[in-house]
Amino acid sequence: MRLLLVDDEGELVSTIAERLSFRGIDADWVTSGEEALKKAETESYDLAVLDVKMPRISGIRLKGMLEEKYPDMKFIFMTGHGSEDDFRTGSTNAFYLVKPINIEALVSKINEALKK
Amino acid sequence: MNCKPDMIGETGLHFFGKMSATNCHDIKNALAIINENIGLLQDFILMSEKGMAIDQERLKTLAEKVVKQVWRADGFVKNMSRFAHSIDEPVVNVDLNEILELVKMLSSRFVSMRGVTLRPEPSTNPVMVTTNPFLLENLVWLCLDFAMEVAGSGKAVGLISEETKNGARIRFTHIEGLKDTPADLFPTEQANALLKALKGELTSDPGAGELALTLPGDIGS
Repeated sequence: MRLLLVDDEGELVSTIAERLSFRGIDADWVTSGEEALKKAETESYDLAVLDVKMPRISGIRLKGMLEEKYPDMKFIFMTGHGSEDDFRTGSTNAFYLVKPINIEALVSKINEALKK
Repeated sequence: MNCKPDMIGETGLHFFGKMSATNCHDIKNALAIINENIGLLQDFILMSEKGMAIDQERLKTLAEKVVKQVWRADGFVKNMSRFAHSIDEPVVNVDLNEILELVKMLSSRFVSMRGVTLRPEPSTNPVMVTTNPFLLENLVWLCLDFAMEVAGSGKAVGLISEETKNGARIRFTHIEGLKDTPADLFPTEQANALLKALKGELTSDPGAGELALTLPGDIGS
């Protein structure tokens, strides 16, 4: 299983990636949609965890772009808003978590999403 | 019941909500980073209980990261507090440099989302006017929002405050796309209502890529 974490808060995604590695999950991280698209060209990912609000390419738009190129990729959204509004705007069937996240809840969502 | 919309009231509520929401978002991000760093510390403790050695330098770095995010969140809370208190008095003596700095800090996420760079050029001396601080913050935001929208390829907006003969002026400069923007796009109905309330005047120089907001020295005079 290989994951890509995308959030403009680098300190957040780098720490989540390290914590996931302790739980046997291999995750790369980037801080923008542009970097994510570039990274996905050279690495193969089963799932991407995306921040909803990011400069230039939003998480919702990035999901559409990645989905088009990699139809089997699964997605989990992270939102800082404490509501599902933005999430619902872009998708009705993806998984989402509200920041601050619980790492065990994230692992559980990852497993759930990959079984889908 | 009178349901006639109050233009300034509605615009103000919208502005207050927008700034509150974006700052909540930033505070949430700081809390999320603190949460992950504390979580990482807990992971290290669990590993240490299983006999793995903890790197003291990592612990030191973790503590520094947490402290950094606490201060970052504190900055957002301080700005929000200053902003909330700007409603306390309808008319006060304010320094335009401070108003510009506050609006810049409050809207930093919108600025970053648009990929625009703000270039404040605060004057060395305070630029004082007696006015309604909340309405002025609202109008500065509307001007800044428009300036960023039409920033063009330069992706920069300069902010200058200066004294005039009868009051003061805020200049939004380096707006490269202003020359290609229809003149009737701004000021909007909302901005015009605020201009009227503040007894201000907005002029545009598309060739120079500049908007100038002129304010009286004392709104009550």
